[in-house]
Amino acid sequence: MYKLSKSRVVTILAICLAGIFFAVPNIVPNKDALPSWWQPINLGLDLQGGSNLLLEVKLDDVLKERMSSIEDSARQILRENRIRYKTLTSSENGVKVAIENASSRTKASNLFRKIDEGIVVEEVDGDNLLIKYSDVALNQLKAKVVDQSIEIVRRRIDELGTKEPLIQSQGESRIVVQLPGLQNPEYVKTLLGKTAKMSFHLVDSNARATDAKRGKMGAKYKLAYGEMGEPYVITRKPVVGGENLVDAQPAFQEGQAVVSFRFNSLGGKKFGEVTKNNIGERLAIVLDGEVISAPVIQSAIMGGSGVITGNFTVESANDLALLLRSGALPAPLEVLEERTVGAGLGADSIKAGVIASCIGLVAVVLFMVAAYGLFGVFTTVAVFMNLILMLGVLSLMGTTLTLPGIAGIILTIGMAVDANVLIFERMREEVKNGRSTRDAADAGFTEAWATIVDSNLTTLVAAFVLFYFGTGPVRGFAVTLAIGIATSMFTSVTVTRLIITAWLNKYKPSRLPI
Amino acid sequence: MIKVFSWITKDTNIDFMKSKKITYFISLTLLALSIASIAIKGFNFGIDFSGGILMEIKSPEVINVDEMRNTLSKLDIDELNLQSMGEDGTEIVIRAQAKDLDEKAQMNIINQIKETLGNSYEYRRIDLVGPQVGEELKTNGVIASVIAILAITAYVWFRFEWQFALGAIIGLVHDVVVTAGLLSFFGLDFSLTTIAAILTLAGYSVNDTVVTYDRIRENLRKYKKMNQTDLLNKSINDILSRTFLTGLTTLFAALALLIWGGDTLRSFAFTIFWGVIIGTYSSIYVSTTFLSLFDLRASQNEEVINPFGNA
Repeated sequence: MYKLSKSRVVTILAICLAGIFFAVPNIVPNKDALPSWWQPINLGLDLQGGSNLLLEVKLDDVLKERMSSIEDSARQILRENRIRYKTLTSSENGVKVAIENASSRTKASNLFRKIDEGIVVEEVDGDNLLIKYSDVALNQLKAKVVDQSIEIVRRRIDELGTKEPLIQSQGESRIVVQLPGLQNPEYVKTLLGKTAKMSFHLVDSNARATDAKRGKMGAKYKLAYGEMGEPYVITRKPVVGGENLVDAQPAFQEGQAVVSFRFNSLGGKKFGEVTKNNIGERLAIVLDGEVISAPVIQSAIMGGSGVITGNFTVESANDLALLLRSGALPAPLEVLEERTVGAGLGADSIKAGVIASCIGLVAVVLFMVAAYGLFGVFTTVAVFMNLILMLGVLSLMGTTLTLPGIAGIILTIGMAVDANVLIFERMREEVKNGRSTRDAADAGFTEAWATIVDSNLTTLVAAFVLFYFGTGPVRGFAVTLAIGIATSMFTSVTVTRLIITAWLNKYKPSRLPI
Repeated sequence: MIKVFSWITKDTNIDFMKSKKITYFISLTLLALSIASIAIKGFNFGIDFSGGILMEIKSPEVINVDEMRNTLSKLDIDELNLQSMGEDGTEIVIRAQAKDLDEKAQMNIINQIKETLGNSYEYRRIDLVGPQVGEELKTNGVIASVIAILAITAYVWFRFEWQFALGAIIGLVHDVVVTAGLLSFFGLDFSLTTIAAILTLAGYSVNDTVVTYDRIRENLRKYKKMNQTDLLNKSINDILSRTFLTGLTTLFAALALLIWGGDTLRSFAFTIFWGVIIGTYSSIYVSTTFLSLFDLRASQNEEVINPFGNA
């Protein structure tokens, strides 16, 4: 007797209903009113419009900086302990010191280890000592820099009020930033392209720039340039650092755009002292190595707040305030990859995808009906159910639908009928071999099953590989392809079987219309 | 119910093995031509792999391509390429693929182009792929393709005897190479989605082959006395209607995508469309005819256990 057990019927129907239930949000007009677990499919940036940026954290720059400060400490240690050395150089890989005397070398080596946690000192090619971070410390340092960068990037982007940005690390030194619906990615790139390291330095008013250019200046001073290329001789070490800033806002002073800032208590105290002791001197405000302005200190500024004057427009004052508020990046960022899709193109893509899906669906369905008649109609139900289940699963899993993902849906519509074709062809053969109607129908399903699994698994393998190696839109394709294969195996076997069983039981045909 | 296409489901008795020599010749020629084209012409790598920038611009009016080319030529950008797209001439694609450009220079180009053209255009797409990322994507693409082929082979190997696995893999490689050759010959854009399309066609091609092989194996058990050539022919004929039906429905889907799916998916849809045709061809004329080189019965004597429980 050809029959499906009650529990199986219930399971099949339950799965179908669940699929419909989770697919419903996709046609609800007001999506914001729905609970978070009952949402439509996430549209990828290529469909809703937006920017996808891949940023590289320039870790080498941080390491270079770090090593050069270790170089300074090492030089000081050598001087304080009167250790004679031949050369002292630093690169991103470490600091190299050449010391001829073996016992001094050991002494220096022990002292160097105390410079910072995680420092190791190695003897390399004869007389040289190499000061560097251990692998563990180096990785920790890198991870910390990347984490800090992500935090700063997030703050800067939040300031822009972008809706639901996605910011996450990728690999060792990369950050992915996804900005849905953004119209001006250039502005974001400009903002993220600035490290925004600000510091205050005293200007040596006695030094002459021409001397300084020839290298004639005190060891405590260095040369810096303003916006127009004008030289300043400023203290090598900042008197107050930008890390002490707690707030910055654009403001107006005498009709001129300025940026007002506020220090924390430590910074405020330092700033007060410096200004008190250097009245009449000039204080250079340096941003990313460039002197923005160098006003003369008129009086002691004790309140911990002040203004930065300079050649600002309203926009540039706004930008600088934003950058200072959100803090300095520990390392420069570089845009490795950008993919921006305008909202117009996204909408067109969705439209094209929907049209192509509908036409593909209709063509496949008509063809199946034309080839198999009534059983073709049964297939149609399965094909539609498959589409609904796919939408339901995609919505439930919160996966992102991309344009290639839509292509995946259309393709599975075409490929999914394969299982039904295999089953019907097998039934036809069984009928031809003289088996009874019910036996033939039953055999169609059971005999074709192994072939269906075999043939679908090969495509599934390809989908998994694509998912693993693909990025962005291609990954979206792999996901819909894989889900489509899974749901189509379900619908084309169980749903069709359910319909055919019901039909057989109701009409009790003497032969299969195959 | 009128079954217009019921002729497809009629029983056939075609001697596929007879034309073996001709199809071997066709397949080998296609392979040789493809390899030659790939070796000589190479691929028209899109910016995904070569690095560079791509901008899609739309204007309310018809864009005069020559005029825009003239305007942009003042910018001193190497290898700048403008191409009209869409039917009504209001859309244009700008590509700059100079290989020696680093990321900063690329960003500069985008800014310069935007400044020069002004705000009257809608910037529908801006892609920037740095040379480093381009190289990585290329490597990943090659790795993905190789792993997909190996994984599919491993699966077929596990399910069938080695002659079958070999036949499937030869058919698969045949399809991938010939498709790649076609893309190379016509200079079609080779991008990330192209790789996705090729892997999908790899899946489809093996899918088709596996269905045929399943039937061959079944018939080997069923008709112990039948001579092998007849048996291969019978197996192909047995499932010929399925081959046609599934092939046609998939072709319909790919065709819908090709015509209505928009410009972005065109080369993807084309690759799939072609893949269905070549995949169907190869499962009969490459993978199955290949089996006729072996005595399949000799290895059939060992009983094969089907892990899916049914045979």
